[in-house]
Amino acid sequence: MSAYVQSLLGILLSAILTENFILVKFYGICPFMGVSKKTDTAIGMGMAVTFVMAIASAATWAVNNYILVPLNLQYMQTVAFILVIASIVQVVEMFLKKAIPSLYQALGIYLPLITTNCAVLGAALVNVQKDYDFLQSVVFGTCGGLGFTLAIVLFASVRERADKSSCPESFKGFPIALISAGLLALSFMGFSGLKIF
Amino acid sequence: MNFKKQFHEGLLTKNPVLVQLLGMCSVLAITTSLFNGIGMGLSVTIILICSNVLISALRKVIPSQIRIAAYIVIIAGFVTIVDLMLQAFVPALSESLGVFIPLIVVNCIILGRAEAFASKNGVLASAVDGLCQGIGYTVALCLMCIIRELLGAGTFGGGILNGGEGIRIISEGIPAMHMVMPVGGFLTLGFVIAGSQWLMKRMEQKKKEKEAAEV
Repeated sequence: MSAYVQSLLGILLSAILTENFILVKFYGICPFMGVSKKTDTAIGMGMAVTFVMAIASAATWAVNNYILVPLNLQYMQTVAFILVIASIVQVVEMFLKKAIPSLYQALGIYLPLITTNCAVLGAALVNVQKDYDFLQSVVFGTCGGLGFTLAIVLFASVRERADKSSCPESFKGFPIALISAGLLALSFMGFSGLKIF
Repeated sequence: MNFKKQFHEGLLTKNPVLVQLLGMCSVLAITTSLFNGIGMGLSVTIILICSNVLISALRKVIPSQIRIAAYIVIIAGFVTIVDLMLQAFVPALSESLGVFIPLIVVNCIILGRAEAFASKNGVLASAVDGLCQGIGYTVALCLMCIIRELLGAGTFGGGILNGGEGIRIISEGIPAMHMVMPVGGFLTLGFVIAGSQWLMKRMEQKKKEKEAAEV
């Protein structure tokens, strides 16, 4: 049993730090660059992604193990997963609108963007590749989302400052943002030797 | 439809990577050797052409409320075909690109072109658009690959030339390993986009000067 807990902790640590979804694995670069101009919106986006990723990891695990594998339809994984994710995003949006309007107002505008976020589909596919069980999949999805949030919030605060300082004309905007992201990735490389137990 | 204009747009003025800034994930993640770059570029180009053609052919059938979902299913179908073909015929490429082949489904370039071009234009024009945008994407990928591979591993054409090892240009021990790691992806793309912005501004300026001289 303790070996199982250790494996969960290992997944937690690697998904947040050593194999950070954005800065090491490059899943979900589009929202990372697109929604990181302000810290508040970055936090909102991070929360929305974490929320959807946790649910999507659970749902895609169930779809894969109870529908695709018994029917020998593993080659349909990509199609099935993207449909599951798209419908989850839709359902979450409708549910939040009805049940928790305040949360909907905070996350609402980011939800439609999440369907085409590589991080969500990436997590689902990695779960299958690594043969995670249900709990491991959910932990991996949630922590991947937390890693995403960590990276996007750090990056947004760096970017707020970078926008105010002067830089060469051709580097303005996107290029300088990419270079700041590169430096952030460099610092995350420091975690690469980290191991639990 | 003007083929030359579309080609110019895809390659330069509306390059999907360098100007429209779409599909960043794959550009940053897999550009570590020329083999990866060409393989990924070709796969995306083929999927882009096929999905553009099918979406354009069905553009009057698909109701506009559910078009995004329909597009995603069409794209996912083609991505699955390419994924299985690569696994069967080029297993080395499939292994080295890994999860980024199925992730082409959520690559913004393909959905973006479907929404912006194929849903409004005829089949032939959409096919040409897919080809041109795909070439633009492939060229940008290969540029990134060449720079990162040269600075990070000191070789050219890894995976293809010289029995898969590539031609050594910088002797071992000198290249900075970081360039083939995630850091290098961000830095290289930053510099490549800055360079292309500078180049385009210069070209525009020269054009203006020429026009002014003619007047």
